[in-house]
Amino acid sequence: MAQFLMPHLGADMTEGKLLVWRKKPGDHVTRGEIIADVETDKADIEVEVFTSGVIEKFLVEPGTQVPVGTPLAIIRTEGEPALKAEPPAQPGPALPGPAVVISKPPVAAPAPTVTPASATGAAPAPVDSHRLHISPVARKLAAEVGIDPTSITPSGPGGRITREDVERASKAKAAAASLPPRLTVVSAPTAAPPPSVTPTAVAAPKAAAGDRAARMRQTIAAAMARSKREIPHYYLSTTIDMKSALDWLAQENLKRPVEARILYGVLLVKAVALALREIPELNAVWEGTMPVTKPEIHVGVAVSLRGGGLVAPAIHNTDKKSLGELMKDFRDLVQRTRAGTLRSSEISDPTITVTSLGEEGVEGVFGIIYPPQVALVGFGKVQQRPWVVDGGGLAVRPLIHATLSGDHRVTDGHRGGLFLNAVERWLQQPEKL
Amino acid sequence: MTTEEIQKSVLRLLGTVAPEADLSSIKPNIPFRDQLDLDSMDFLNFVIAMHKEFKVEIPEADYARVATLNGCSAYIESHLPTSAR
Repeated sequence: MAQFLMPHLGADMTEGKLLVWRKKPGDHVTRGEIIADVETDKADIEVEVFTSGVIEKFLVEPGTQVPVGTPLAIIRTEGEPALKAEPPAQPGPALPGPAVVISKPPVAAPAPTVTPASATGAAPAPVDSHRLHISPVARKLAAEVGIDPTSITPSGPGGRITREDVERASKAKAAAASLPPRLTVVSAPTAAPPPSVTPTAVAAPKAAAGDRAARMRQTIAAAMARSKREIPHYYLSTTIDMKSALDWLAQENLKRPVEARILYGVLLVKAVALALREIPELNAVWEGTMPVTKPEIHVGVAVSLRGGGLVAPAIHNTDKKSLGELMKDFRDLVQRTRAGTLRSSEISDPTITVTSLGEEGVEGVFGIIYPPQVALVGFGKVQQRPWVVDGGGLAVRPLIHATLSGDHRVTDGHRGGLFLNAVERWLQQPEKL
Repeated sequence: MTTEEIQKSVLRLLGTVAPEADLSSIKPNIPFRDQLDLDSMDFLNFVIAMHKEFKVEIPEADYARVATLNGCSAYIESHLPTSAR
């Protein structure tokens, strides 16, 4: 059996509210399929499942706020037998280790229960702790907080348990322990069939816009404070002549129908993605005590929201897509970001962030790295300025200021400089982007 | 189409691109982007919407000419297909 967890959608997320289930117990789900909507402090997110199988049981009902890493559902993977039917409740002495059920807000549908995974009998099979893929720091932390590492769902590469995984498990445990006023002890699990929930029947109310804006500000504040506290930033900048790129783009857009035109920001994003291939250590996340370079390049693009705040969802496999594909994805991403229909992988997967404030009239952007990423690239506005061109003469050229905010634990200025140099080089040959 | 009809349609399209905008206070000779929270993606979506509505293709070189309400109506009027005038 696999557990479907409240996802960790960025450094600024510690908990989320399940808004709606899009499936019901017994439904078959395929990896990548959206099965629930979750409300975070920044946005409502469509959450994908990362295991194919059959939904065995829901553990959390819509409207419930739970810490990141909390099991939300049990999924029976291909080939596994179904869970045995639970015996009906019997009068008499309480069973040892009573199940706990969180009392539920009133809903129209028969109220499902929220049961910690440990009470379902569906916990993952025991694992030999000596063969666990866990960092020393994570192992030590798990021992300190009293959590069995074999009960922790890993998120690191190759199934490695990271310090963040232990921290999430610890928070989930603490949150579960802090629920007594809302708990009801029941004598035994019931054999009642799983609640027949339908999305519309159990959808939880969404946060008011004002509340969301305030909470978003708080979460951004927490993430940025953590970044400045933990990450030793260094900053580099360079000025890039955009004439070749903009001239090429103007000609390219003449050939395209209006709905397929490309914005110059897409060229910047692609140039960053290709430069990351050359300096891969900037395409990484910090896990526990070390950086982990990511094999795929998923550039996060900062999108400002109408009511304030921002989200930086990923364009997956940025380096492998054509400019036309990137523009299509970018347009779709901006619309869905503002409509509140992002997917969980788009929030959790960025390996670097690109932000442009040129349209706000800004000349240079010296951004704060979004943990656990280790770099951020900023672009200012395109300005017509005098520029010394080949041959030594002066010419008026469209210039843009590009900056790199780097994590000094991971890279030094030398590699950062080479990266910016690569970005510039790619922008001088736009036909190859 | 009359100028008034075109401007009414333009404002409606603008409302689909920037649903939160107060379109009743739009000043006809001030660029939209100076009055509304529009970025380049919004403006491209606006141009696409105008293309669909009026069957008029606006090249990038002409974006400055459709930056205001009055500019839009003048541009559309002069580029409308004959059958739609």
